[in-house]
Amino acid sequence: MKKIYILWLRQIKRYLRSKSRIVGSLAQPLLFLLALGYGLGGVFQQAGQGSYINFLTPGIIGMSIIFTAIFTGIEIIWDRQFGFLKEMMVAPMSRLNIMIGRTLGGATVATIQGLIVLAISLLVGFRPDHWSGLPLLVLFMFLVALLFTALGTMIASLLNDMQGFQLIMNFLVMPLFFLSGALFPLDNLPRALAIVTRLDPLSYGIDAFRILLISAGHYGLGADLLVLSTVTVGFLWLGSYFFKKIQI
Amino acid sequence: MNQIIEVKNLTKKFDDFVAVNDVSFSVNEGEIFAFLGPNGAGKSTTIKMLTTLLHPTRGTVTLDGHDPVRQPDLVRRTFGIVFQDPSLDDELTAWENMEFHGVLYDVPDKLRWERILQLLKFVDLWDRRKSLVKEFSGGMKRRLEIARGLLHHPKIIFLDEPTLGLDPQTRNHMWAYLKELNKNEGTTVFFTTHYMEEADRIAQRIAIIDHGKIIASGTSAELKQQTATSSLEEAFLALTGETIREEAATSTDHLRTMRRVWRR
Ligand SMILES: Nc1ncnc2c1ncn2[C@@H]1O[C@H](COP(=O)(O)OP(=O)(O)OP(=O)(O)O)[C@@H](O)[C@H]1O
Ligand SMILES: [Mg+2]
Repeated sequence: MKKIYILWLRQIKRYLRSKSRIVGSLAQPLLFLLALGYGLGGVFQQAGQGSYINFLTPGIIGMSIIFTAIFTGIEIIWDRQFGFLKEMMVAPMSRLNIMIGRTLGGATVATIQGLIVLAISLLVGFRPDHWSGLPLLVLFMFLVALLFTALGTMIASLLNDMQGFQLIMNFLVMPLFFLSGALFPLDNLPRALAIVTRLDPLSYGIDAFRILLISAGHYGLGADLLVLSTVTVGFLWLGSYFFKKIQI
Repeated sequence: MNQIIEVKNLTKKFDDFVAVNDVSFSVNEGEIFAFLGPNGAGKSTTIKMLTTLLHPTRGTVTLDGHDPVRQPDLVRRTFGIVFQDPSLDDELTAWENMEFHGVLYDVPDKLRWERILQLLKFVDLWDRRKSLVKEFSGGMKRRLEIARGLLHHPKIIFLDEPTLGLDPQTRNHMWAYLKELNKNEGTTVFFTTHYMEEADRIAQRIAIIDHGKIIASGTSAELKQQTATSSLEEAFLALTGETIREEAATSTDHLRTMRRVWRR
């Protein structure tokens, strides 16, 4: 238990110490909120869909969570490059627990990042329906964060260096984000797009955020919870499988 | 005597390249054992296979009776290691690096804090315990790695070129500490070095590996006798030849070897 805690603590400390990373990773969501929120706000309203900032905010929270989560998962490559991975890999601790400690730490960081984006969105004009869903919202945010940190860890276990990082950003993270319904409503989509969005786990996360913040969803909270937790367990299992196989 | 490390026909291939080639040796419990060889001989690769980081291509290893491939968790409880390459977390402080290690190795709170204090003072880093490791010089980082390696007292301690880049003060200190540990707790010490006088002075038994094969082993006296030389360095050169190994040799290694060749 204590070992998992110290691995968790390490992630948190590293996060709090990288001020430039925090600022940098908040600039992007803010840009999206301002440019898209206000740029498309008029069109969205005319189409009878209500406030675009309100619609967009849950999507941007999802965006900051997926980016941070995958990134902290992928940090294993850094650990490998700077040598610290060796220190962890020879420790008398099960690989599963190493993976759990790291993943919990990364997921906590991503959740905090999501909450900061929520706070920022209030400053630029986001108005939630009610605040009663907040505890549940944090829970869902953590679940989404866990899912993508595990995915990041899994990918990082398969890569040897930073070469593949750009590839992952372009061919995995970006599509996951753009096809998640973060930016557009999931109703009345062309058939192909509707199928793809259904396959994207982030869709269910953002759907849950919308239900809890602006009472507008597509799949329903129960379905979201079911899909998210199943996929999370799957990724955690796969992640620890690949993590175990790492050789240095 | 009980053999705490047993290696039989150990082989490691990277694609087609054979880094460790059918190596067999054993280390007795409580022994101080030096594993010597030119750059790229296969020392670090062998250590990685002994310490569960790499799977052998062929051959068997037992550490304190356990197999690193099939019982990695049991094996990991028996040893501590100081790596050749950096393995600190730069974003943590010196104290946090020590604390992290101590917790991962189940050193109880009070004992852990006592030892951290003692060891950080010992390597002269106690005043800098709250500094981030990335602000440290190369030698300071090395000293911290040594201190960390000594924090939990394992049955076997592996040291892969521990004294590389260390000043003589710290070097002497470190060996004194290890000899104490060896005497008082019966710790087995397995180390590599390129300083022959160090191996001569410290090791009870020596194995020399070259191109992935063990070419000689025995006490320092036996090796000198076998090659009819008067120092371990001469014995080493007689056994491994004078050519410089291009593999993985750093510029300082080159300089060192050049100087050696020049002098003769
Ligand atoms: N991951 C790897 N992939 C391919 N080749 C490798 C790998 N690791 C080591 N080698 C090769 O195996 C050989 C042995 O390397 P090793 O690190 O064991 O040498 P060493 O005896 O520790 O040398 P040094 O004194 O320079 O530390 C070298 O030729 C090296 O290039
Ligand atoms: Mg080496």
